[in-house]
Amino acid sequence: MTRPYDIATRHRAAGRIARAPDGAMAAGQADLTGTAPLLRVEGLTKRYGTRIGCADVGFDLWPGEVMGIVGESGSGKSTLLNCLAGHLPPDSGQVLFDTRTGGLKDTVTMSEPERRMLGRTDWAFVHQHARDGLRMNVSAGGNVGERLMAVGARHYGTIREAAIDWLGRVEIGADRVDDRPTAFSGGMQQRLQIARNLVTGPRLVFMDEPTGGLDVSVQARLLDLLRGLVREMGLSAIIVTHDLAVVRLLADRLMVMKDGHVVESGLTDQVLDDPQHAYTQLLVSSVLQV
Amino acid sequence: MTDQAYNFAYLDEQTKRMIRRAILKGVAIPGYQVPFASREMPMPYGWGTGGVQVSAATLTPEDTFKVIDQGADDTTNAVSIRKFFERTAGVATTEETARATVIQTRHRIPEEPLTEEQVLVYQVPIPEPLRFLEPSEIETRKMHALEEYGLMHVKLYEDIARHGQIATSYAYPVKVEGRYVMDPSPIPKFDNPKMSDNPAIQLFGAGREQRIYALPPYTQVVSLDFEDHPFDPSKADAPCDLCGAEDSYLDEVIIDDAGGRMFVCSDTDYCRARRASGHVGAKGVAEDAA
Ligand SMILES: Nc1ncnc2c1ncn2[C@@H]1O[C@H](COP(=O)(O)OP(=O)(O)O)[C@@H](O)[C@H]1O
Ligand SMILES: [Mg+2]
Repeated sequence: MTRPYDIATRHRAAGRIARAPDGAMAAGQADLTGTAPLLRVEGLTKRYGTRIGCADVGFDLWPGEVMGIVGESGSGKSTLLNCLAGHLPPDSGQVLFDTRTGGLKDTVTMSEPERRMLGRTDWAFVHQHARDGLRMNVSAGGNVGERLMAVGARHYGTIREAAIDWLGRVEIGADRVDDRPTAFSGGMQQRLQIARNLVTGPRLVFMDEPTGGLDVSVQARLLDLLRGLVREMGLSAIIVTHDLAVVRLLADRLMVMKDGHVVESGLTDQVLDDPQHAYTQLLVSSVLQV
Repeated sequence: MTDQAYNFAYLDEQTKRMIRRAILKGVAIPGYQVPFASREMPMPYGWGTGGVQVSAATLTPEDTFKVIDQGADDTTNAVSIRKFFERTAGVATTEETARATVIQTRHRIPEEPLTEEQVLVYQVPIPEPLRFLEPSEIETRKMHALEEYGLMHVKLYEDIARHGQIATSYAYPVKVEGRYVMDPSPIPKFDNPKMSDNPAIQLFGAGREQRIYALPPYTQVVSLDFEDHPFDPSKADAPCDLCGAEDSYLDEVIIDDAGGRMFVCSDTDYCRARRASGHVGAKGVAEDAA
């Protein structure tokens, strides 16, 4: 299921968030528009022993919005993303997702079967390392088809057709459909992982450094492709990256993390062009020096 | 009479009670793999120690016991298990399917339809049908618990992609009563339909892997497939050369140094009974010479 891309809605939503520089939003604020956020995060904290993974993170994500999370290595981006996607149990806080049947529901406290069901239907997760998100001993077609079969597709011809269609959309030739990912380059593996995740039309996509670990030229092509898919499908996504070029290209909105805390958030262009927090200024200027 | 050095059927009563509890649980939850504390048996793993323990816990002094290996009563494995229970339980044994009350089997289901008076005990090497695609036991147990079986179809998809058809011909996965996916042990897929709606109790024992599972009488067992690649319980397209049977599973055997071959029933008792009642196959004469 895809939604029409509505750039006006995006920017309305983004603008509202931009007025809350600490990333938190008053609970009642969503009611102003009459539509519900796709994801509402409140007071999310995860510790590893005494070390902070992420602390007191809160934000709303609106349908059709792409949110970037940036920060240096160790700032808590992956921890936050994994808590959002149900891979890590947070110590406190809520992750409310707009479920198809029950509206906003806390995915932290819902039953594991329910959460795993979301994981293979409404949610998708693109890992930094393709091998973590692919079955390396299963053909490209099987990798893309798995999510379809997981939700009950039982017609081989239809599954294969969808797989080939999606391989095409990520620029992998139909003649590679029976090859295993081990025979693919790093960039192809990452594109395969993206196809595998998007084939069922997820309502929310989590991405952890999707272009990390790739050559610069390969990164550019992947970014282009991702931007095309985001626009075409009107994807709602949360993208973690330490690469500001990635968020500039893909994200409507930005959260900047440092030591597990969100130190600044707002519209991507605003934050990057006119950073308020000293740390963001440092981050932006260090990029300019590269 | 029973060798007095042993308890009836070799295992002590407490162990048999433990195994019976596992069997009862298995019968109560058809297709579910019940862990049990497998005991050392006076034979190596791979020789049916799981089946032997299930038989030991099932046999009573009044039972008549039959053992087949690949359909034959006279192979080394079958003979030694039959002797084992003759010695340790003093039970009557038979090669006739109809006369047996407990039948232990490796790799076949007898051709002659079973009855409500009978128990079929399968020797199982690898009980977990998801094992080949998901090596983690914790994960496979979770997949069973949450009915996440998309992966089984990925395996069949890979089969068709590579071979043009579902090439799996042994240990063909089934779904039990619309709930648990089960490995039927390495029986030929030709036997799969016999498992469904069978009046006999079917018990499965895996010694090394310490699992017992079961099908109570008249359980629905469906072989997994695709709508456009339906399950096909095919066998060699020939009649038995000895008894002329067209409906039985055949082994291809080499009969001389010149590479001469013939097809014969893998179920030796079935073939013998047919010949005894006057059925003759194309090479039926050769039988006298043997
Ligand atoms: N499994 C873990 N055990 C202990 N500490 C961890 C673990 N994972 C991450 N951390 C710590 O939590 C902090 C945030 O890490 P992470 O979320 O991976 O940051 P990022 O993705 O931004 O690099 C770091 O200090 C890191 O060392
Ligand atoms: Mg990280």
